[in-house]
Amino acid sequence: MMKSFIAISLALGAAGASAQPTVNMPIVIELSGAGAVSGTNFRDGAVLAIEEINAKGGILKRKINAPQADTQSNPGISRAQVQKAIDGDPYVILGPVFSGSVKANMALAQQAEVPQIVGAEAAEITQAGNPYIFRTSFGQQMSMPKIANYLRDGLKARTVAVLWVNNDFGKGGRDTFVKEMAARNIKVVSDVSTESGQMDFAADVVKLKGANADAIFVYTNEEESARFLREARKQGIDKPLIGETTLLGQKVIDLAGPAANGARGHVGLSADAPVPAVLAFKEKFSKRFGYVPDHNGIKGYTGVYAVKYATEKIGRFDRKLLAKTLHGLTIKPEQEPGILMETTWDNNGDIDRISFLAEVVEGKQRIVQTLPKLGSGK
Amino acid sequence: MLLWQTSQTINFAQGEFVMLPAFFVLAAMKFGGLSFPMAMLAGFAVSLLVLGLLFKRLVVEPVIRHGVLPLVISTIALAILMKEGVKEFYAADAQPFPAAWATTNLQVAGMVVSVQNLVIIAVAALAVAALQYFLAGTRTGRSMQATAQNPALARVLGIPVGRMVLYTFLINAGLVALASFLVSPIYLAKFTNGETLGLVAFVAAIVGGFNQVRGAIAGGLLLGVVDNFVAAYLSAQYRAAIPLFLLIAVILLRPQGLLGRVEERTV
Repeated sequence: MMKSFIAISLALGAAGASAQPTVNMPIVIELSGAGAVSGTNFRDGAVLAIEEINAKGGILKRKINAPQADTQSNPGISRAQVQKAIDGDPYVILGPVFSGSVKANMALAQQAEVPQIVGAEAAEITQAGNPYIFRTSFGQQMSMPKIANYLRDGLKARTVAVLWVNNDFGKGGRDTFVKEMAARNIKVVSDVSTESGQMDFAADVVKLKGANADAIFVYTNEEESARFLREARKQGIDKPLIGETTLLGQKVIDLAGPAANGARGHVGLSADAPVPAVLAFKEKFSKRFGYVPDHNGIKGYTGVYAVKYATEKIGRFDRKLLAKTLHGLTIKPEQEPGILMETTWDNNGDIDRISFLAEVVEGKQRIVQTLPKLGSGK
Repeated sequence: MLLWQTSQTINFAQGEFVMLPAFFVLAAMKFGGLSFPMAMLAGFAVSLLVLGLLFKRLVVEPVIRHGVLPLVISTIALAILMKEGVKEFYAADAQPFPAAWATTNLQVAGMVVSVQNLVIIAVAALAVAALQYFLAGTRTGRSMQATAQNPALARVLGIPVGRMVLYTFLINAGLVALASFLVSPIYLAKFTNGETLGLVAFVAAIVGGFNQVRGAIAGGLLLGVVDNFVAAYLSAQYRAAIPLFLLIAVILLRPQGLLGRVEERTV
């Protein structure tokens, strides 16, 4: 018995001595539930970046170890998973994507002084004074003015109907959108809330159709967007269906089929963006995982590369210094090709980069206009 | 309801039974390389085998002799197993499911009518009519009804009760497969679909009358119409509460359901 114990101890010791040191970057993400589409894309984007970085020797000669935890799209479970991740002494935490989950768990990461790279878009996340939270895409306060301008200038809409999902993401987006509409004298004539995971949109489409607005703004998660688009086509809605990345993403297009054609709006990130590095990423991702990524894939991928760049810039693994460095940082593709497009983080952790107006044509997202960055950082 | 009448089986996995056949079809296409029509046939056959025969042999028969409650608990466990199984071995996210019919619209007197909806209504009506004819107009159907009403007496009269019960399970499996093929093109195929469908079906059956097929149909129609009217013209936020209000009202005012008959049991 004693001999066995010693043998095992020696074996473990030898294994520990010969193993390359790693840096811990847990991925706490929606792998099931209503956010599975978003979470799986984010996870796979992050995994692709981690594999590439590890193949080149890691960050500062330390390979990335990225255990995965499923939040089940449930804020309570996400909180428990983030706590579990913190117990593993992480350098950063990647995820989640759902705003409700991020709001429930970001205080834990903040208390532990662990930078958290999230895919969430609810406006209030970066307005709570948390110095450890960083987005990988636009917050709603950045994207909604762009959509509002498109409705006013592109579609010349005077009235609009809104369909939104009753969770933190949807509520935050709806509130910001309505405010932007009021600022542009566009009247919201119908305001329809739906539930996360809702299957039947027949009554909601009847209501929107009855409102007879110049355009319909759809702000639900991916699967619900696809179900809505199918029902809207069934009921023959002929008004422009306007949305964000959650309406125009490739997964939504795949799920909705021909019903997605004609949907349009603003996308902060797109795998179809006319940027060579993004198109190359899309090809790599598709080859590695067997499906076309949506914007969440880019979030996960660029999030990991942002951590790599900032860490190499400071020259050591220091969580507090990493958070401080990311604030106000601009990363250009020539400095770090994995960032894909020039990206700036402000002092709240909000992001700024170019974005796009897009339309779904024959089952593909087509970028019709590139919108410039709002400003620039250090 | 059919299962309850013939074998006192309350199946809390009925929603998952509707979710699963769509994945049989998708798996037959993805892993078996079958065309969609062939995959539908394969999915239908596998549904009869798994959700009919195997469900009866492996779940119902060993447990029912211990009473209804253990069976209820077993079907709840089965629902979780089916849901998690699909999530683990196929996909956690929604999957597109092809429609076996045109998804175009017709213009009728200025109204837009979906061909998809017309097909669903027609197939559902045909299925109900065929079932009613089978139960009331054929010798086997009448034997099944006799089994449902009094299994002991049916056995005395020479009716093969075991076989009649098996037929019921197979019909149930066939109907859930049909339902799955009809709703999945609209709702998409997802492992959680059974949660909503199972709850609504259960409430509809109680509201309409748990011991009458026409009761379940009436309950389903009533629930669907009320749900959509409430969501479209009153409040989308409270639509989920409406089925439960209806359920409570029926239990308080007419416990046998709107079209159900009063049953007395010896305890």
